[in-house]
Amino acid sequence: MMRFIARRTVQALIVLALMSVAIYGLIGLMPGDPIDEMIANDPRLTTADAQRLKAVYGLDRPLPERYLAWAEHALAGEFGYSRLYNAPVLDVIVPRLANTVGLMTTSLALALIVALPLGVLAARRANGWLDGAINLGCFAGISVPTFWLGLMLMVVFAVRLRWLPAGGTGVAEGGTVIERARHLILPVATLAVVTVPVYTRHVRAALIEILGLDFVQTARAKGASEARVIWRHALPNALMPVVTLLALELGGLFSGALVTEQIFAWPGMGKLIFDAIMGNDYNLALMALLFATAATLVGNLAADLAYARLDPRVRYDRR
Amino acid sequence: MTVADPSPTLRRGPILSARGAAGPIGLAILMLLALACFGAPLIARWSGYDPLAVDLTNRLAGPSLAHPFGTDDIGRDVALRVLYGGQVSLAVGIAAALAAMVIGTVIGLVAGYNGGRIDGVLMRVTDWMIALPLLPLLIVLSALDPAKLGLPADLAASADLSLYRIVAIIALTGWTLVARLVRGAALSVRTRDYVAAARIAGAGPLRLMVVHILPNVASPLLVATTLSVGNVILTESVLSFLGLGIQPPTPSWGNMLSNAQDLITTAPALAFYPGACIFATVVACNLVGDWLQRQLRD
Repeated sequence: MMRFIARRTVQALIVLALMSVAIYGLIGLMPGDPIDEMIANDPRLTTADAQRLKAVYGLDRPLPERYLAWAEHALAGEFGYSRLYNAPVLDVIVPRLANTVGLMTTSLALALIVALPLGVLAARRANGWLDGAINLGCFAGISVPTFWLGLMLMVVFAVRLRWLPAGGTGVAEGGTVIERARHLILPVATLAVVTVPVYTRHVRAALIEILGLDFVQTARAKGASEARVIWRHALPNALMPVVTLLALELGGLFSGALVTEQIFAWPGMGKLIFDAIMGNDYNLALMALLFATAATLVGNLAADLAYARLDPRVRYDRR
Repeated sequence: MTVADPSPTLRRGPILSARGAAGPIGLAILMLLALACFGAPLIARWSGYDPLAVDLTNRLAGPSLAHPFGTDDIGRDVALRVLYGGQVSLAVGIAAALAAMVIGTVIGLVAGYNGGRIDGVLMRVTDWMIALPLLPLLIVLSALDPAKLGLPADLAASADLSLYRIVAIIALTGWTLVARLVRGAALSVRTRDYVAAARIAGAGPLRLMVVHILPNVASPLLVATTLSVGNVILTESVLSFLGLGIQPPTPSWGNMLSNAQDLITTAPALAFYPGACIFATVVACNLVGDWLQRQLRD
């Protein structure tokens, strides 16, 4: 198992290094560069000033050389300054990360609380009318565009009914717990509606499969109640794919809510990535994207490990 | 010995499977949408409206007989714009799904047919591709400056650039599922006797791949592509919504929603129609895809 983890970690680091090269190159292909923008904003700057500034920032050197210089600094723990926020990149990213994790864990927890009973209900009477209704709901949830759902919720609850705020985190409104919770409701609901169907379907499929196995028959034959059979015997085994899915979701924690964050002006990682790319904030965009990639890779590894841990039949070392 | 029928796990629920009407309904929705959207020029000529014509005397009008969905912030007819936007969304969805299918098929065939080292490398690349955070990557790709990419100047300046660009970007990132599917099938078929017979008869690798292996993966390919049309339309609308896809004044469902969000307090109804169309299209694609899957399995 340790060898497997080591191999995968090395692979992940290679992918991360390749990604940093790719993103660095791609960012160089975006329109405009910071110095040109400075000139556009300040008519007193001359071309000579621009040349000097480019030399100061190293922008006159060829791309590979610039990348190596960046990589050297990054390995030493210096990730540069954010142009948009006038602060070290990490200082900008960390609070955003906290916001995103808060949003995502809340919505994931809600999604699980809803999806588990729904999946069980659907599986118990597979192909009955309740299963059909749940399946139809899941179908709708999977097909609905997240951003439209967010906008519609905003129209109903923020614009028409005025029950809830349309965006932000609530810090500007005093930051009390109640105020923050009110700001969480719409984005969390949006994310939950599109997440619940995925988990419900997984729980349902896994549970139906398990309920057909011999050990469930045995439990029933011993006289266990139906509730006990499902919640104690079958469900823990059926949760395996759900745990795997959760681990995969770990990667999505950082960028998965990009659109939702954008709509509800939620200052998280997704919105940060978007703003950094749009604002030509190269250092920030690079690090934020690398964070998102790293999180995804860690999530994939975690999913594989969770799988091996939960299912004794899975072994990675014996190949 | 087990009592339960093992197949229900694979089946979807009863409403969508047993009655079997879901697929044809989805197909009908798609046909209707396509007919309405691509027939929009006729409607425009008949009604005398232009989806781009500004009428500042008639801004943000409510629904009426003259304008069934009302007008937007600069007096354009929303119903007509929704139909024209549908042309773009449907065309992009189908074109990008087909392009992704071609890329995925080529990669999958080469990997599955050759096996060994080539297969290992190609599938590792596919795994990495799947592991990348997709939406941020798409945003970076759509934000690239066409002039710096070395595209010919006339193409870089053309109005349709955003259209070509979004198809290319989605195709370049969306081939992974098809590649895996085709690779798996090719791997299992390539050792069959009839492939060996064809090889002995003198067929080259290209002929073996295209004539003897490809037809065996046709049905999963069809299902995957149908299902991906819906996903592509979602992706296109997200990018256009973020201001990175189809550029205004050309309407697309995504950029109409982006405009609608700016006006959400003054004209909340504007946000409804384009999104409802995306929803309907994606539902229809998924219905047809699921239905095809069941038809081809049985």
